[in-house]
Amino acid sequence: MADLSTNLAGIKSPNPFWIASGPPGNTAYQAHRAFEAGWGGVVWKTIGDPIRNVSSRYSSIDYGNQRMAGLNNIELISDRSPETNFREIAEVKKRWPHHAVIASLMVDTRENWHDFVKRSADCGADGIELNFGCPHGMCERGMGSAVGQNPDVAATIIGWAMEVATIPVIAKLTPNITDITAAARAAKRGGANAISLINTINSITQVNLDTFVPEPFVAGRSSHGGYCGPAVKPIALNMVQSCASDPDVRLPISGIGGITTWRDAAEFIALGSTTVQVCTAVMHYGFRIVEDMIDGLNDYLDSKGFKSLEELRGRAVDTVQRWETLDLNYKRIAEIDYGKCIGCNLCYIACEDGAHQAIALVDPASYGLGPGRVPNKPVPEIKEAECVGCNLCSLVCPVHGCITMVSVDTGLEPLAWADYQTRLAAGDATAFAPHP
Amino acid sequence: MHQRPDADLLDSRARLGGAVVKDYATMPLSPRLSADQLATNLADIAPRFTEQQALVESSRCLFCFDAPCITACPTGIDIPAFIKKIMTGNVTGAARTILTANILGASCARVCPTEVLCEGACVMLDRDSDPIKIGRLQRYATDHVYENRIPVLKPAAKKSGKRVAVIGGGPAGMGCAAELANLGHDVVIFERQVNAGGLNTYGIAYYKMKPEVSLAEVDLVKSLGVEFRCGVEVGKDIDRAELDRFDAIFIGVGLGDGQRLRIPGEDLPEVIDALTFIEQIHTDPLHQIPVGARVAVIGCGNTAIDAATQARRLGASEVIVTYRRGEHDMSAYAFEYDLAKKDGATFLFHHAPIEVIAKDGHVAGLRLVQTRRNGSGALEFIEGSEFVEPFDMILKAVGQQKQDNWLQKVFPELTLNRNGTVARDFATGQTNLPNIFTGGDCANGGREVVNAVGEGKKAARGIHKLFSDSQVLGPVQPSRWGASTGPFGSGLDAPIRVPELEAKYEQLSPAAHPGIATSALTSKNQE
Repeated sequence: MADLSTNLAGIKSPNPFWIASGPPGNTAYQAHRAFEAGWGGVVWKTIGDPIRNVSSRYSSIDYGNQRMAGLNNIELISDRSPETNFREIAEVKKRWPHHAVIASLMVDTRENWHDFVKRSADCGADGIELNFGCPHGMCERGMGSAVGQNPDVAATIIGWAMEVATIPVIAKLTPNITDITAAARAAKRGGANAISLINTINSITQVNLDTFVPEPFVAGRSSHGGYCGPAVKPIALNMVQSCASDPDVRLPISGIGGITTWRDAAEFIALGSTTVQVCTAVMHYGFRIVEDMIDGLNDYLDSKGFKSLEELRGRAVDTVQRWETLDLNYKRIAEIDYGKCIGCNLCYIACEDGAHQAIALVDPASYGLGPGRVPNKPVPEIKEAECVGCNLCSLVCPVHGCITMVSVDTGLEPLAWADYQTRLAAGDATAFAPHP
Repeated sequence: MHQRPDADLLDSRARLGGAVVKDYATMPLSPRLSADQLATNLADIAPRFTEQQALVESSRCLFCFDAPCITACPTGIDIPAFIKKIMTGNVTGAARTILTANILGASCARVCPTEVLCEGACVMLDRDSDPIKIGRLQRYATDHVYENRIPVLKPAAKKSGKRVAVIGGGPAGMGCAAELANLGHDVVIFERQVNAGGLNTYGIAYYKMKPEVSLAEVDLVKSLGVEFRCGVEVGKDIDRAELDRFDAIFIGVGLGDGQRLRIPGEDLPEVIDALTFIEQIHTDPLHQIPVGARVAVIGCGNTAIDAATQARRLGASEVIVTYRRGEHDMSAYAFEYDLAKKDGATFLFHHAPIEVIAKDGHVAGLRLVQTRRNGSGALEFIEGSEFVEPFDMILKAVGQQKQDNWLQKVFPELTLNRNGTVARDFATGQTNLPNIFTGGDCANGGREVVNAVGEGKKAARGIHKLFSDSQVLGPVQPSRWGASTGPFGSGLDAPIRVPELEAKYEQLSPAAHPGIATSALTSKNQE
């Protein structure tokens, strides 16, 4: 069994799995249930001046048979009083001294930030998360993403928090910004101990084509909602890696965004996250999902011979580089396993209409037929000379392991775009001929 | 079925060849098919899922809370949890979830009547979909760890110093032994046969499970520190005094030999017990197993079906299953019945055998009589309806004898039920003798493999309670974490079958509880 314990800027937890600030971390009751199920930490639902919510708050998109591939919400921060929230955090910490409880905060003035930061430490919270992210409602009042989208404002407010902070402070970043590293650097400038990202993404999930009101429907209107769930994971991974690789950031990261399984978590950790935060998957299935996350991550680490999460952390960060450093002479091409091909020919039409016309439909006589194939129905054949190795056919192929992309030796020295430009300028290389 | 005169019997013997195979030396029957054909006929009826099939199927599972499949599993496997693990690629974890609850998870994946257990309870059926193929997924996960030799269970770290003798190395004994080992107790299994595993090793239809699966499970139990003493018959090779040196005893001896028909001609060489026939398929090369051309199977339980289908697959040209009662009375499951019909077996209901017809000391046919229920509901023969049907092999599948004779000999002070089973406390498996426990077929009279495993496990917890005075409860299943109370509880504590589930739903239906239905409807309308 690998060591799953984590330490994010001094916030210790038995495993990297935290409940992200949101509906699942609204009460002491939920925090107790989360810890009983095995979660390592809970980031409390954001505490601030209690708000009043609208009734209809969530909407989602389904993809095929999969419900809630993406979820959005227009729910605001906690509707409970700060007194209630801080008291309950104290109760939870008393019962779970070795688990992490993080107070998520969102207030306005310097005085209020001072007050809430001190009260968070007083109630025994292990850390504070500054909510600079919510893209709906609160931003109209000058808080949430309104702060996160303006790095200088964010840095100033982080500074206010740090003036009185005695426990680690995490700045939670909004993805609704052109360059996430600008926000991360602001967090660094302001003195934050760590960053967490991403918060939700501005979204409209669906429009009712009878009423012309998007969901969530609120008395004939709707509003931009914060988007989350499995669908946002690639965006989150991109931003986590960007922050992890930025030499001007160098802050511990708590990764958030569509994490549903141990595999998702492992990917976030490989791209530099110390802990991961989960909300939508818990809203879908309950706290119980953490069992597979812990079990699966453990088995994965064991299978790799990793003794602790430290050996996984950040392992993939440096493999993501600027495009100009990629080898232009590397080549892969598609290879079809005819024993597995079921004859849907989706690869053909995807390549023919959507890519590079590098698949032919040919007489099946020379190939073995897959089960269920209609006799004499043509089979796809890769035109190896034409194949640029784009991967599209292997992505659309519905059969596991049928089309694989294989690396081929071009016999050419590696050559990146940046080197190519240098050599061209020096007259050491001839220009590539354009693709015919 | 037409009545035929006895004279027609004469020719049927002429077709039979003369190859002689060891135990069947007195029979003129011979194998009927080539080794290749037999391998095809007896290949896995439900082959292992490919990775893609497993992913597609597991992603159909809704990961229900309080999933009814758990309640329908007599060992209480956390089914949604293991299926979700398959979906996330944590196949090893899936197998751990299965094997922690049910040490014989690999064989149960193949032999469980899932249609009346977990799969029959699947909520998908209420959404007009096919249930999740739980058995196939369970096989996928357990095969993964067995084939790749991934250890998922560890011997207990702390030993109690207590020793338990388990009599019988079948599903009940292994279920008990594994749980006891897990709780830190030393276990010795005494097994009469050369190999442990009981019916799983010797008595499962060959196209459902190969004996290697069962033997691998024996190795798994061994890996937990359990000692097997095979080829040892309690009461003969070792006596009661030796058993009494153990701190507790678990009796899991299953059932005995097949019931006799008590009709003339029963001792002819080609009249064979169905279980003996199936056992031979497990012990001898398939192409050496003699089978008749026209085979009668007497009885209509699941063993009868296994015997009928296997006789067909071994090359019998005609297999007729005869049953005293009607189609709706048979104890075979509907899907087993369907399988036999698809295999080309025919069924003769409301007929009872009254005599095995012999010619030259060999089976030549069966005298049958039509039956009916009389006014008081009892079966009676219809006078004058007798006829003879030609057969060259008769397979008896009319149930197994209870072990009461053996039990009375070895444990004279043990209380038995009137039907010859061991009387016990259902929750703990404890008999009237405080340190003697029981479970499986010898206690329940003959149920599924999975029932035996569950009862063995419960008895192990009963034994642990005797030793430590502490109640062991199953851990709350991860997929149900957070349940304050489950509506039906775990299948280990209160296994429920699909017909029973249906009965529960009936009780909850609007007609039975108009109050509940009204309020549910009202709240729905308000939405």
